[in-house]
Amino acid sequence: MNFTFNEDQLMFRDSVRDFFSNEVTTESIRNRWDSDSGRDRALWTSMAELGLTGLLVPENCGGLGLGVVDFIMLAEECGRVALPEPLVDTVLLATPVLVAAGADAQLLQSIAAGETVCAVQSQADALVADADFADKLIVHKAGNLVLLDAESARFQRQDSVDPSRRLFSVEWADDEGQVLAEGDLSAELTASLYNLGALGTSAQLLGLAQRMLDLSVAYTSERQQFGKPIGSFQAVKHHLANVAIKTEFAKAPVYRAAYSVAEALSDVDLHVSQARLSAGEAAILAAKSGIQVHGAMGYTWEMDLHLFMKRAWALNNAWGTPGAHKARLADTILSADYTIGAGHTFASASDAA
Amino acid sequence: MELAYTVDQQAFRQEVRSWMQANVPAKPLQSFDTAEGFQQHREWEKTMNDGRWGMVTWPEEFGGRGLDLIQWLIFEEEYYRASAPTRVNQNGIFLLAPTLMEYGSDEQKARILPKMATGEEVWAQGWSEPNAGSDMAAIRSSAELRGDEYIINGQKTWSTRAVFADWLFGMFRTDPGSKRHHGLTFILVPLNAEGITVRPIPQLDGLPGFAEIFFDNVKVSINNRLGGEGEGWKVAMATAGFERGLMLRSPARFQETARRLVDLYRANQESADQDPAIREAVLSAYVQAEAYTLTTYQTASRLNQGGKIGPESSTNKVFWSELDQMMHSTAMAILGARAELLPHAPAAQGVGHWLDGFLFAQSGPIYAGTNEIQRNIIAERMLGMPRA
Ligand SMILES: Cc1cc2nc3c(=O)[nH]c(=O)nc-3n(C[C@H](O)[C@H](O)[C@H](O)COP(=O)(O)OP(=O)(O)OC[C@H]3O[C@@H](n4cnc5c(N)ncnc54)[C@H](O)[C@@H]3O)c2cc1C
Repeated sequence: MNFTFNEDQLMFRDSVRDFFSNEVTTESIRNRWDSDSGRDRALWTSMAELGLTGLLVPENCGGLGLGVVDFIMLAEECGRVALPEPLVDTVLLATPVLVAAGADAQLLQSIAAGETVCAVQSQADALVADADFADKLIVHKAGNLVLLDAESARFQRQDSVDPSRRLFSVEWADDEGQVLAEGDLSAELTASLYNLGALGTSAQLLGLAQRMLDLSVAYTSERQQFGKPIGSFQAVKHHLANVAIKTEFAKAPVYRAAYSVAEALSDVDLHVSQARLSAGEAAILAAKSGIQVHGAMGYTWEMDLHLFMKRAWALNNAWGTPGAHKARLADTILSADYTIGAGHTFASASDAA
Repeated sequence: MELAYTVDQQAFRQEVRSWMQANVPAKPLQSFDTAEGFQQHREWEKTMNDGRWGMVTWPEEFGGRGLDLIQWLIFEEEYYRASAPTRVNQNGIFLLAPTLMEYGSDEQKARILPKMATGEEVWAQGWSEPNAGSDMAAIRSSAELRGDEYIINGQKTWSTRAVFADWLFGMFRTDPGSKRHHGLTFILVPLNAEGITVRPIPQLDGLPGFAEIFFDNVKVSINNRLGGEGEGWKVAMATAGFERGLMLRSPARFQETARRLVDLYRANQESADQDPAIREAVLSAYVQAEAYTLTTYQTASRLNQGGKIGPESSTNKVFWSELDQMMHSTAMAILGARAELLPHAPAAQGVGHWLDGFLFAQSGPIYAGTNEIQRNIIAERMLGMPRA
């Protein structure tokens, strides 16, 4: 039993945090809003050079051959800067599914090299984020998991409240696309994709919560009313203390869910839904309290807070609404044959070991 | 990251489980807020000590097992699973003992720890005074050094288990001209000393769970000072650190409450589902109890590797106390019209001990530093927000 990240993982996290704080500023995000793609291809290439895009690609295909636990804090960093580019979708969602479906080595190599960007559809008919920026799309059709060349699909853009999000409805001809998985394998991969999607969303929500908290602490320490910083008023302090508490207790569930996904534990659905709910609540509270302590400034386009608020509002309904995750939780927890209570938290991990 | 127990840890769990099965009294003890119940709990402490299970985290030289924090968590899980009695000497074992090991002299450790371990000497805490609650630095009770004795005068209050306890540890003002947290000294006081009056205070359940203590020229040997004169605040903060940190409320306690809540919901699902908020709260109880557990394992792992407990530990107390309140309120909602019944009422079958727990849960956000004070600490020390 050791619930810590190792030195390498922490160092990787620190270096990605440094990189993002220089390269993914709020100014650079705002600049992307006016461009057609809304995305920065040069940044993608830099991320590939850092090894990020190939993090989960096997070493013999030019990747780092690392795992979900190695990536989870990096997904959190993506949330912290509200990264517009679909790094989480390409690395955490598409790559493991492609590997499991036996996709050819060339495709994986080009993901690692930063030449191929992936977009992933959460379920049949759902809008696809970043479909136009992506080169390959993983989509659903008639129970199959289909790999589609972006060129062979037709997109209709669906503008989001978050100007950084690029959502599309996607259509393609029946003879387009390559079936990645069908039958049982498709069902299995679709289920694991859902968990990967919910996990990636959880980690980003956690990062978003922390960023909104940081912005709120900074703002309330500067802004003066009644001759002192508003952050010295207890009502303001308690708003942000509540965010800190929720965020603090969302971290371990997210990291544990990453572990359960990586180890394919029998309780993985339960653990992912717990993480998703905890992180979602933290981010939604961080947004609500964040705007409140910013006063009217928080209600403006100019203040950066909304970049993170809007992403949180959007992501909190992505890859399963909170309601869907509660329902999944209830199926297990409230069923007579599932044991909970002291000593059972790590039961599935210990049984598997 | 490795979230499976090792073979040794699993074996350790089995060892604890077997011992608990063989030794936990089949019939629940009476409340330790009664004379008889207190005595029963004292005996339980002795039983635990005889099996060397009383102070598992203490170093072996003091009769403990020197367990690391992960083992401690496993131990606690088995303890709560077995519905073992609440620790009557928790103030001594979990709060004073670590402070003593850090600040105490060899003579003090040798004199105090063994009797604490056997339950022969049960400890109460004496911080609060009528005019020093949240504002602990407003302490006025005085201790004046005369020769090798302190002469203590003043009043403490809200002292849990002081009605039947043997000793009290707390802070007294040794420098009469001092202000706030200066000039305070940490002193251990035998509650049978001449000049002490202990006046029981009935709590919400009607039992005298805490007491006021009056000191009238009480003489206490200087050997009962812990740390230097005037260093009381520093020593007390170490105690508060243990309390707020990990040891005060182990996750297992709340996991078992969440488990019982799920059982209660299932047993009454038809009526409970008339209010959809109940089902939502039951699920949330589970999620939060697990989140508290996971977070504690994470902290324990970090501390095991030499990390230090930081200001983020102030989030613990707020989290568990509000979770506990929420879980018990939910249980009351499920029990509906029967929730108000005392356990001995003939119609109270099946209501269990939720009412007791509900009453006690109301005090969680108050004791050990109110949740408002904790939120101030979180804002100022963890988030670095400006002080008032
Ligand atoms: C069950 C129980 C057991 C206890 N056991 C012990 C014990 O063994 N030994 C012991 O010494 N004490 C004990 N106490 C006392 C406990 O430590 C105090 O109750 C606590 O510190 C609060 O002090 P108070 O009751 O005087 O409330 P007050 O300090 O008067 O506070 C009343 C309200 O005002 C709020 N408030 C006060 N100051 C501020 C501030 N600066 N900012 C925001 N809000 C503020 C508080 O949060 C609270 O809501 C116990 C209390 C309880 C309920």
